[in-house]
Amino acid sequence: MSFEFPLLSLIIWLPIIFGIAVFATGNDRNAQLARSIALTGSILGILVAIPLYTSFDSSLATMQFVENHVWFERFNVNYHLGVDGISMPLILLNCFITPLVIVAGWQVIKTRVSQYMGAFLVMSGIVNGVFSSLDAILFYVFWEASLIPMFLIIGIWGGPNRVYAAIKFFLYTLLGSLLMLIAFIYLYQTSGGSFSIQDYHQLAIPMTPQILIFVAFLLAFAVKVPMWPVHTWLPDAHVEAPTGGSVVLAAILLKLGGYGFLRFSMPIAPDASHYLADMMILLSLVAVVYIGLIALMQADMKKLIAYSSVAHMGFVTLGFFLLNAYGIEGAMVQMISHGFISGAMFLCVGVLYDRLHSRQIADYGGVVNKMPTFAAFFMLFAMANAGLPGTSGFVGEFMVIMGTIKINFWYAFLAATTLIFGAAYTLWMYKRVIFGAVASPAVEELQDISKREFVLLAILAISVLWIGIYPFPLTEVMHATVDQLLAHVSISKL
Amino acid sequence: MNFISPEFAPAYSEIFMLVMVCVVMLADLSAGGNRRYVAYLLTQITLMGCGLLTFLSFTTEASQTFSGMFVDDALADILKLMVYGTVSAVLIYSHAYISDRGLLRGEFFSLILFATLGMMVMISASHFLTLYIGLELLSLSLYALVALRRDSIMATEAAMKFFVLGALASGFLLYGMSLIYGATGTLHVSQLAQIIQSEASSKEVLVVGLVFVVAGIGFKLSAAPFHMWAPDVYEGAPTAVTLFIGSAPKLAAFGFVMRLLVEGLGEMVADWQGMLIILAVMSMAVGNIAAIAQSNIKRMLAYSTISHMGFLLLGFISADSNGYSSALFYVIAYVLMTLGTFAMIMLLCRSGFEAENISDFKGLNKRNSWYAFIALVLMLSLAGIPPMIGFYAKLAVLQAVVNAGYIWLAVAAVLFSLIGAFYYLRIIKMMYFDEPETDEPILPNNDVKILLSANGLAVLALGIFPQALMGFSLYAIQNSM
Repeated sequence: MSFEFPLLSLIIWLPIIFGIAVFATGNDRNAQLARSIALTGSILGILVAIPLYTSFDSSLATMQFVENHVWFERFNVNYHLGVDGISMPLILLNCFITPLVIVAGWQVIKTRVSQYMGAFLVMSGIVNGVFSSLDAILFYVFWEASLIPMFLIIGIWGGPNRVYAAIKFFLYTLLGSLLMLIAFIYLYQTSGGSFSIQDYHQLAIPMTPQILIFVAFLLAFAVKVPMWPVHTWLPDAHVEAPTGGSVVLAAILLKLGGYGFLRFSMPIAPDASHYLADMMILLSLVAVVYIGLIALMQADMKKLIAYSSVAHMGFVTLGFFLLNAYGIEGAMVQMISHGFISGAMFLCVGVLYDRLHSRQIADYGGVVNKMPTFAAFFMLFAMANAGLPGTSGFVGEFMVIMGTIKINFWYAFLAATTLIFGAAYTLWMYKRVIFGAVASPAVEELQDISKREFVLLAILAISVLWIGIYPFPLTEVMHATVDQLLAHVSISKL
Repeated sequence: MNFISPEFAPAYSEIFMLVMVCVVMLADLSAGGNRRYVAYLLTQITLMGCGLLTFLSFTTEASQTFSGMFVDDALADILKLMVYGTVSAVLIYSHAYISDRGLLRGEFFSLILFATLGMMVMISASHFLTLYIGLELLSLSLYALVALRRDSIMATEAAMKFFVLGALASGFLLYGMSLIYGATGTLHVSQLAQIIQSEASSKEVLVVGLVFVVAGIGFKLSAAPFHMWAPDVYEGAPTAVTLFIGSAPKLAAFGFVMRLLVEGLGEMVADWQGMLIILAVMSMAVGNIAAIAQSNIKRMLAYSTISHMGFLLLGFISADSNGYSSALFYVIAYVLMTLGTFAMIMLLCRSGFEAENISDFKGLNKRNSWYAFIALVLMLSLAGIPPMIGFYAKLAVLQAVVNAGYIWLAVAAVLFSLIGAFYYLRIIKMMYFDEPETDEPILPNNDVKILLSANGLAVLALGIFPQALMGFSLYAIQNSM
């Protein structure tokens, strides 16, 4: 299919240009203007992304909407964009989440509004760039650049311990990505001077370098996902970040790591992937079981959801390294679904935090008496987080467990414990926060959600239910790509 | 005995510079009083004139003169043009600072011009003695510049340290050169290469000489373990002088290494490669780790310079035009970032207030978000985060290192730059996350405002479109080897 219009460039640069326009509105006297421009930009961001879905040919496994221009000749680096069935849903997810975040910060953010709104728009564009880059250096530039706005968001609008969290977030991620850069440079040398990711897919590499490349990629992506044991930055970052920051972090930025495994680790180092698959599965199971238990013990709602994110992302890496179709597709669905659910969960906590300025579970109790509508929404998302059938959380987890059982019964057994732990930590938190007697005079004075908050949560609720009941439109677009990926990974490159 | 007049044409810009230095000194004497602007304007005109002369005589053909002691080739012209531009920017940035502090005297300008002349001679030298003369002219001017604020104990101490250690380094260099002369019988850069190639010289003596030469280079580049002078000098000198020391001489030092090691002793690459690896790794380690502990921004930037010089040396290790052009790209990027960073420090200074501590950056975003943004770009660039130019500089050098087969060295380099990222982030933290300590408005002159904005945006824009500068560096190297 030929589509001459540079759609992907538009999807990347439109939010960035709007972000710069928002920065240009200057100080807080123009806050309302900044908000309006930001909302316009983010909604236009969705609109321009729609053709990506409607014109996407899901029967093809090749890259679509390809753009290829020389960027700098010195190292043969190209401005090479394209999407397939793996990256396209993630771009849509990102475009979808951005306006929600803008709206969520509408009233809550009162200082330096233009910088806040602008940072989210710029980040949205950068993340679209990460998902659509087909050139390693272009990918790396977008990948690292996405750190900058998030670093500032956590550091400027975050909680009391924000500086520690922001710097930890930045340095942790930088550590992983620098080794990935070395891997890229190595591949550039071995491929005879190419930074094209698709060239790397075809490149024959002996076993030892493959394992080293795999490990370098693993460090970059495992930190981002995050996998146990390099997950410790995530609870800190989540707790300190403002609500919008947490939503984007959980819904979008963690997906960058998962995407990296599919785009780089597995196709570039297939033999190492097979060789190390058991290790990856075990690490993922540790995340699922052990982090699930840790989540049970949290007294801070955001921390609890952060640990639950680690556990759910453990399912994603588990699914990938089963190296079968169920596993990978399930993991992809899980990524999208986790984007909606964790985003919604953080928004719910944000709703409570805006009113009471506390994230401690112990400070709440009996919220349902004062905020019935909110309690209903929160219930739905809590159930989805626990993996209730009919919600999007179930589909991905079920597919991954199906995939696991084909490999090893005991793996599947351990993976399935998530259904118990997930229900335990989510619903127990829900019970303590929402039910019971009204805990304090502060809770007594709570107001139910505003229209703005209602719209936000309703949109997310519809998405969660839609994928839960009818996931076909989502799985359909990725079939061909996943099949091709599996076929590619099964061929040795030695 | 008949006297043959040498061909002067390749050295026109140097001659013009020398004449103009005298003019500046005389003009300043006669202008006197409140008309110090004359010296400033004349200096800028001199730099422009030199730029014009160099630009007009630009050629890719190397032309030698003064019995082959002086060479004018593509690399020399390009480096010189950059030196003029850098010095000119230094003067614009520092004008307000020095006039606030009563340093706006003719000496400042004539010393800067003498130093510039020294750099030009270094860049164009094709004989060890010419190299040495250029280096000494530069160094002596710099010693005097550091001591310009003569009633300041810090500055005097810094100048003293700089002078003693610098003189020691020059001694090393001279001793090394004399050993090399002893082994080969020549000081001509081009003949040297041939004699070493023909293996007519004693290898042992040469290697000993090389060790001394590399030690001298290490001193001049402030590479560890010869870096001791840098933090004290950076801290003690007036910020305007620190800006000068930190920027243009690095370009000259690049030329110096090219002439000395690559063109002169290129046949001994196997010997100096190992030495440079040690210098590079130590510099990156010392620079990045020691910078964390600094609370004085100028000291911190001195250590940051040390680590950047380590990275620069990595570019030479691969010993091919790919590596040299990467190093040239790195040094250009580095100069651009340093200019902006020190200009930012001077921006925060007021009359009667020296911005010296990292904490002076606190709350810059609230005081003026545009300059905070420029400083953000500069810090991220120094840390090597894309899409700033600092990233591509690191990419180019790392690529050359991996190409030469030293993957472990590349891994070590990125790990040290990870440590380095911390202290640049700390400045960003001060600017964006902390509350300002003062509401004093930041009111630079228009020329500084425009130049600083352009400088910051160039760091960003050259990162988004790096081809021009990368291709330019490659062109400069390929046409001079």
